[in-house]
Amino acid sequence: MNPSPTPAQSPDPDSRKPGGNAPLPGAAAGSPPRQTAASPSALDAEILSLAQAGDHHAFAKLYSMHKRRIYSLCLRMVGNMAEAEDLTQEAFLQLHRKIATFRGDSAFSTWLHRLTINVVLMQLRKKGLSLISLDEAMEPTPEEGPGRSFGTHDPTLTGAIDRMALERAVSNLPAGYRLIFVLHDIEGYEHNEIATMLNCSIGNSKSQLHKARLKLRDALRNHPIEEARR
Amino acid sequence: MTDDRDHLSCAAFQAQLAELIGTGVDISTHPHIQTCEQCRALLADLETIAEAARQLFPAVEPPEDLWEHIESALKDEENSGN
Repeated sequence: MNPSPTPAQSPDPDSRKPGGNAPLPGAAAGSPPRQTAASPSALDAEILSLAQAGDHHAFAKLYSMHKRRIYSLCLRMVGNMAEAEDLTQEAFLQLHRKIATFRGDSAFSTWLHRLTINVVLMQLRKKGLSLISLDEAMEPTPEEGPGRSFGTHDPTLTGAIDRMALERAVSNLPAGYRLIFVLHDIEGYEHNEIATMLNCSIGNSKSQLHKARLKLRDALRNHPIEEARR
Repeated sequence: MTDDRDHLSCAAFQAQLAELIGTGVDISTHPHIQTCEQCRALLADLETIAEAARQLFPAVEPPEDLWEHIESALKDEENSGN
């Protein structure tokens, strides 16, 4: 699999993420919250240009600007800090190898985001997370068939969901469920984009996401719900 | 309490739910949702989870020494001629 990002298929990850609109460290004060390929801040563009020309300090600055989002993305996708560190390192090594090929067709952050996802997917496949396992995961089991929820009187999720409980529940999802939940519900990718990334059907992506949410619902109903969190 | 026919109706509805949610249609107007409290609660929970996911998960700082590891790996690559 080619880890090179395909910017044309990438959504702007900032558009769905809380805090995604916050200026990155090093960004010029007063710059627009959402940077596009057409309007990057002059400082960011200069840093990128220098890094593309091989300037080590500029690359270090790029790392500083994007490390939190890239590490967080890796952490959400794999649910493991040590693996997230390794994947973040690999993503920036890939970036270093390929940065000269970035043409500015999309925002740099979008391109890097997609590059990172490809790095993570490659790693997951090496570890055996194939789409076969995704398909297998879709098969209803007696415990989690589609009709499981009807007729029950379990407590529902009222009030705000506690962040820690949700993070814990997501990290405990089976790898295939977690992957699609993170890509769709957290990172904002559409089902057709996920299907392309994972080489699965759109219906598969929808079903996996639904199963993931059902599992999270079960997990969260068994944990304290933080009432009136805000 | 619901009878068997309602159970089948809930099962059939929930079997379609992934596709309905995935296509982005307004499920709140679905006839089953308007008459079934359980499925309405299920849908509300799923929407709550999806919304929470969008609003939570702040970015996390990586370990401070990660850059040193990356720098070291970059030097190794340069020294090996890559």
